[in-house]
Amino acid sequence: MPEFPIDLPPKALPGQERFVAAVEVTPLADTGSFDDTRSPESQWKEAWKRLRRNWIFWVSAVILFVVVIVVLFPQLFTDIDPTRADLSRSLEGPSEGHIAGFDKQGYDVFARTVYGARASVLVGFLCTLVVTIPGVLFGAMAGFYGGLSDTFISRVADIFFAIPLLLGALVGLSIINNLWPDRGYWGFILTVVFALAAFGWPQVLRISRGAVLEVKNLEFVDAARAIGKTRRANLWGHVVPNSLAPVIVLATVSLGVYIVAEATLSFLGLGLPTSIVSWGNDISAAQNQVRSGERLGVMFWPATALAVTSLGFILLGDAVSDALDPKSRNRE
Amino acid sequence: MSTTPLLEVTDLHVAFRQGKEDIPAVRGANITVYPGQTVAIVGESGSGKSTTAHAIIDLLPGSGHVTGGSIRFDGQDIAKANKKDILAVRGSLIGLVPQDPMSNLNPLVKVGKQIAEVLVANDVVKGKDVDRRVIELLEEAGLPDAAQRAQQYPHEFSGGMRQRALIAMGLAARPKLLIADEPTSALDVTVQKQILDHLDQLTDDLGTAVLLITHDLGLAAERADHLVVMYKGQIVESGPALDILQDPQHPYSKRLISSAPSLASQRLLSQQRAEIREHAKEVAEEIAEEVAQLEAEFGEGSDIVLEAKGLRKVFSIPGSTPWRKNEFVAVDDVSFKLPRGTTTAIVGESGSGKSTVARMVLDLLEPTSGTVEFDGVDISTLRTKKQQLAFRRQMQPVFQNPYASLDPQYTIFRAIEEPLVTHGIGTKAEREARVRDLLQLVSLPWTVSRRYPSELSGGQRQRVAIARALALQPEVVILDEAVSALDVLVQAQILALLADLQAEMGLSYLFITHDLAVVRQIADDVLVMERGKLVEHASVDEVYSNPKQAYTRRLLDAIPGGSIELSR
Repeated sequence: MPEFPIDLPPKALPGQERFVAAVEVTPLADTGSFDDTRSPESQWKEAWKRLRRNWIFWVSAVILFVVVIVVLFPQLFTDIDPTRADLSRSLEGPSEGHIAGFDKQGYDVFARTVYGARASVLVGFLCTLVVTIPGVLFGAMAGFYGGLSDTFISRVADIFFAIPLLLGALVGLSIINNLWPDRGYWGFILTVVFALAAFGWPQVLRISRGAVLEVKNLEFVDAARAIGKTRRANLWGHVVPNSLAPVIVLATVSLGVYIVAEATLSFLGLGLPTSIVSWGNDISAAQNQVRSGERLGVMFWPATALAVTSLGFILLGDAVSDALDPKSRNRE
Repeated sequence: MSTTPLLEVTDLHVAFRQGKEDIPAVRGANITVYPGQTVAIVGESGSGKSTTAHAIIDLLPGSGHVTGGSIRFDGQDIAKANKKDILAVRGSLIGLVPQDPMSNLNPLVKVGKQIAEVLVANDVVKGKDVDRRVIELLEEAGLPDAAQRAQQYPHEFSGGMRQRALIAMGLAARPKLLIADEPTSALDVTVQKQILDHLDQLTDDLGTAVLLITHDLGLAAERADHLVVMYKGQIVESGPALDILQDPQHPYSKRLISSAPSLASQRLLSQQRAEIREHAKEVAEEIAEEVAQLEAEFGEGSDIVLEAKGLRKVFSIPGSTPWRKNEFVAVDDVSFKLPRGTTTAIVGESGSGKSTVARMVLDLLEPTSGTVEFDGVDISTLRTKKQQLAFRRQMQPVFQNPYASLDPQYTIFRAIEEPLVTHGIGTKAEREARVRDLLQLVSLPWTVSRRYPSELSGGQRQRVAIARALALQPEVVILDEAVSALDVLVQAQILALLADLQAEMGLSYLFITHDLAVVRQIADDVLVMERGKLVEHASVDEVYSNPKQAYTRRLLDAIPGGSIELSR
């Protein structure tokens, strides 16, 4: 028998023999390939696809679609003039053509609710616009430039942030109402908008600043600087667009929040005057009927409209948040 | 060595549930581990290697579940065992050293206490003995001052120390099998070597079998007796480690071995490199002549295209009180020259200051003192916007992370076109033609231009980043860890592409990396940095054959699989 050299490798143990898979079983993929059959997808398109799959989105979409139609075309829903009072029918219950009955002053409750949507949604929408633009502008600058400009902008924002939204707006509005009692439809709407926005923008600023801080250290920002883009071009061209997602979520939720805030102010008598049809005013006026239990319907209609509308925006915000940041989603 | 297997995985199938479908992740894996043996599973990201390991200890993430096959451990089928039986096995019989030492320790609990938990949970020791045992374990894992260290929180530990603590934890109950899932891929090579050496010795002494999961073929070959190569959820080849390395059969293993930088033949590489260098230098000289004659807006056309003189960067970091500042010297007196048409590599561990040098050279960070000269012009003297743009045109970076270096909201077309737009080059049609050429240059199809970065693989994104860097026809490209985040196969492709482009366009590269293994494939000169200082500066061949500094030698020794002889 031939002698084996001593350093012969040990025989493989059972189960560890040499094994080579057939090439056909796992064919080598081309490392440079990509699926060319799908159409290109931007982040926004992907987010939209995720949004579309979400039930919450469809529920909020239906609510908000109805709300928008009511705001734009209230006459489609009722031909009754919401400002025509018929004291003889004060607190009359539902009847034919008046499904919600009448309030104390003899206004048609349903017509008031339909026409009240406009003022509420208008205030909510304008408020969101007015807080978001300066919030993003200054938040982005504070986060991107840092140093003294950050300190200055952030401290100013902190001052406003320290004052509760409603309290600040109440004080502001009571002063303006004294100085300038009669200022027309748009005058009233805009003062409420600015009174709320004055104390709402720091929230947007904080979110925007935080998002910018995260994005500005990513490599593509350095890469853009290295091709010679100026800091300003970089900020608006790369940093801000990539930091908008959380701001969009906040803005959607804010819409609902500001609608409720306007109603609260009007309820307290400092928001929109009674000459403007709004849910807050109607809820305020219906207080007595609730207290005496005479006719709860007077309160029910505007209150439900308010609750459902703000719920619509908050649900939408929730769905948008899931779609833009799928990692934060908490299912299972 | 006993002849009854400790672990026998037979025809294992694992799938992840997505909606109503099962997406298979592991298909028909067979793995056998004998007591005291080290078996390595090698594969690229997404090959199913970690999933296989996690299936064995029933720690599959999310919707993962075993769909078929058996896992016999010590004669018992644990794939079909109930939760209670698995708990009895996990920790006490099978230990785990997880991948990321940064996130696998609870930051709010003292390290000693976290190890004590393992001891108590597995009923190893009780009462007063626990503390003593914890200290013994930490000592055993190679932590100096173990008694004090046990009282510290994870944030007081360096990455290497944390990994040692995790090893102590994995071995606390003296398991028969230790699963080490990429135990060192987050650490520097020198630390990696220390820790793996220590782990080897420890498991040898204790007779523990190790199942090592790694993407690094060199490392696996060096540490394991038996090798399992996985690709796309399947085992494509398995057998004795050296056998596979010297005689790979499956095309994937062949590809993997020929791409692994640490295993490539040195002689072959220096020949290839010399050819590329020659070609690149020729082209570069032509460019230099043109620059010199045309009196272009920038540069003198000298042989040294980039020179750093005494670069120093000091960061001031907050001290014990607001008015006291501590100085941290990130880069200390670094000087070097980059000859036109060649590659200089800057090598060092994390924190050595190599990326800070790159940022100063790119004029993204102002040096505390010292100058950077581009083609004879001090870049800090560039005042007008026109001059600065002219400088930017000549030097472009490619960064490490292919996932972060492209704006996710820009299409590939816009990303490559952006430098041209910024510099106001060409009409719209001309720019489109240029983007088309650039994509061709980096071997990407034109259809890719409509896509967004998220739709591309890491290697493809890095190609796009290179195309973008070349859009302005620069003379110098700064590659800051440009291939470090890529799988070996893709890494090899990108390195080849960079070499081709260099030869074709006469580019000069400054190649920043922590990985000495890849340096040999691309660089001509090497600068070794340690703690902000330049410790060695020599040609690649010199550094490999005759390293002068102990630190350089340590770096070279730490290259996994660097000493393995391949007979080809």
